[in-house]
Amino acid sequence: MSAVWISVLAVGLATMAIKAAGPLLLARRTPPPRAQAALEHLAPALLAALVVTQALGGDDGGFTIDARLAGLAAGAAALLLRAPLLVVITAAAVTAAVVRLIA
Amino acid sequence: MQPFLSNQAREPGRGTYLDGVRAAAPIGVAALAFGVSFGVLARAAGMGRIAPVVMSVTTFAGSAQFAVASILGAGGGLVTAIVAAVLLNLRYGPIGLSAATTFEGPWWRRALTAQLIVDESWAIAQREDGRLDRRLLIGAGLLLLVGWTAGTAIGAFAGDLIADPTSLGLDAAFPALFLALLWSQVRDRSRLLAALGGAAIALALMPFTGPGIPIVVASLACLVGARRQP
Repeated sequence: MSAVWISVLAVGLATMAIKAAGPLLLARRTPPPRAQAALEHLAPALLAALVVTQALGGDDGGFTIDARLAGLAAGAAALLLRAPLLVVITAAAVTAAVVRLIA
Repeated sequence: MQPFLSNQAREPGRGTYLDGVRAAAPIGVAALAFGVSFGVLARAAGMGRIAPVVMSVTTFAGSAQFAVASILGAGGGLVTAIVAAVLLNLRYGPIGLSAATTFEGPWWRRALTAQLIVDESWAIAQREDGRLDRRLLIGAGLLLLVGWTAGTAIGAFAGDLIADPTSLGLDAAFPALFLALLWSQVRDRSRLLAALGGAAIALALMPFTGPGIPIVVASLACLVGARRQP
C-alpha cells in the first residue's frame, strides 16, 4: 500500500475514533453538574483558540503575521455592523486577497 | 448577537434538520471553496484523485487533511504526516465529550452521528441553555460534509483550471468565520472569560508546540464554567 493510502486510512480511523470516543464513553451517563457546566463553556474557549491559531499560526508552529490579520479585522468590522455570516466571511477573504495583491 | 441563526435555531430544543442546513449554508460555501483548494493541493502533492476524496468523507476535518497533503507533498515522512493530523484532530476529544449526552440510540448510531461533528456544525448546534441541539448538528454536519467532499472532488479532478486559493484570501475566511461563531457564544461574563482564557492559552503555547496542541490545551479554559454553581 502506498504512503498516501496508509495516511488516508490511519488518519481517517484515528479521527473517527477520536470523534466517537466521547459519545461512546459517556453513553447514557449525565456528567455531574459542575462538569456539565464546564463542558458548556467549551465552545467559547475552543472557538477563541481557533480564531487565534487560524489567524496567526505558521505552517510549522509559531506565529506568522500576514494578510490574514487584515482579513480578520475586516471580518470583525462586518460583525460589528451586524452583517450576515456570508458577508463576514467574504469581507475577510476579499480584504486578505486585496492586501496580497497590493503588498 | 446571532445575526446568522434563525429564531427557531435559538429556541431550546426546537431546531430541525433543515434549521441546521440553513444555519450552515453560508459556511457550506466556504467549505466548498476550501474543499476545492484541498483537492488542488492534495493532487499537486501526489495524492492522486481518489484518495483526497475518500479522505474528505472519512476524516472530514480540514486542517488535518491540509497538514497531511502539505507534509507528504513536501517529502515529509508518513509518520510525521499522520502524527500532525492526529494532533490537529485531538480537539475532537473534548468536543465529543461535550456533545455526548445529546446523541441517542445504540452505540453504532452514536458513533456514526459523532462523525458529523466538525468545529462549525458543533458551534451552530450550541443552544442558549448550553446544551447541544442534535438535529442542528446533524443538518449542519451533513451539509458541510457534502460541500467539503464535493469541493475536494472538483479540486482533485478539475484543479488545473482553478487559481491558488491563498491568493483568493480563503485562509483569512476561516479566522473570521470562527470569530463570528464565537461572537454568538459570548453571552455572559463566564463565557467571555472562557474565550479570553482559550485565546490566551493558545497564544502562550503557539511558539513552543506544533500545531494542534495549543487548541487542545486551550479547551481547559472551559473549567471557568465549573466555578459557577448551576
